[in-house]
Amino acid sequence: MSRLAALGAFVWEFVVGDDWRVAAGVVLAIALTAAVATTTVAAWWILPLAVAGLLALTLHRAGRPG
Amino acid sequence: MSATDVGLVLAVGLACAVEAVEALTIVLAVGLTRSWRSTLTGAAVALVVLAAVTAALGTAVTTLPLNALRVGVGGLLLVFGLQWLRKAILRASHIKALHDESEIYARERAAAAAAGRPAGARDAYSFTIAFKGVFLEGLEVVFIVLTFGANQHRIGLAAAAAGVAVLLVVVAGVAIRGPLARVPENAMKFGVGVMLTSFGTFWSAEGAGAHWPGSDAALLVLIPAVLVFALACVAALSRRAPAAVEPLETALTT
Repeated sequence: MSRLAALGAFVWEFVVGDDWRVAAGVVLAIALTAAVATTTVAAWWILPLAVAGLLALTLHRAGRPG
Repeated sequence: MSATDVGLVLAVGLACAVEAVEALTIVLAVGLTRSWRSTLTGAAVALVVLAAVTAALGTAVTTLPLNALRVGVGGLLLVFGLQWLRKAILRASHIKALHDESEIYARERAAAAAAGRPAGARDAYSFTIAFKGVFLEGLEVVFIVLTFGANQHRIGLAAAAAGVAVLLVVVAGVAIRGPLARVPENAMKFGVGVMLTSFGTFWSAEGAGAHWPGSDAALLVLIPAVLVFALACVAALSRRAPAAVEPLETALTT
């Protein structure tokens, strides 16, 4: 493996970790918060809800047999 | 000291103590088995490289606009925090093996002994293992110090909390001259996961333009809410694996 690929793998493992869906979900939730924050609707509740959903989802996947 | 400062000191101190326990386990195992001189040199070089990285990144991070910093760094912190919390919950519910410093220490000592004796005064194996251990664990410390410190404009306070935590762990490790197996590392990781997730949620939402009810006081609700949810996840997952279940308190403190 080239050094660049090794560095990329290290950064991926360091930041994203075992489940990429969590990182992708966080990015989507932040984007949604930013979009809703430009309207008159309160946007603070989106991220806590997303965190609960993402954590439940990733734990459910990890806890599945096999 | 405000509530967010206390949260910052607790989160950074706990996270850095956990990382320091892991790095110290590796350094002690290699140092006691092979060459103290090369091991300590490797650890010292790693600390110098980390200091350089911190100085370079710290300057860059503090020049960013606050909202961009909060959304970017808060998001990273949230992803990082969810990783910690996921592992801690899986360990507490026995789906993943508990982090055992005694076992890691024994494994590192066996690997160091099997790698052959150093040929001269310098031992490349000891140097490399100590460097990697201290650098990789230290990188997490740097990341946490910079993210918490920059967001609160309290890099000095975050660095001081990290320094005290690392110093306490090193003093304890040197006094014991063995793995810090009695440190409730899994419970500490659980606590760090809760703090990183809570602060990451708070800052990234603020950076994205959301306004929290009660402003900074929202953290006083957010942190216990994340903790309760995480404990509920442990309870739910533990019910799925009845053969391996221990009482929740035992699982978190072993």
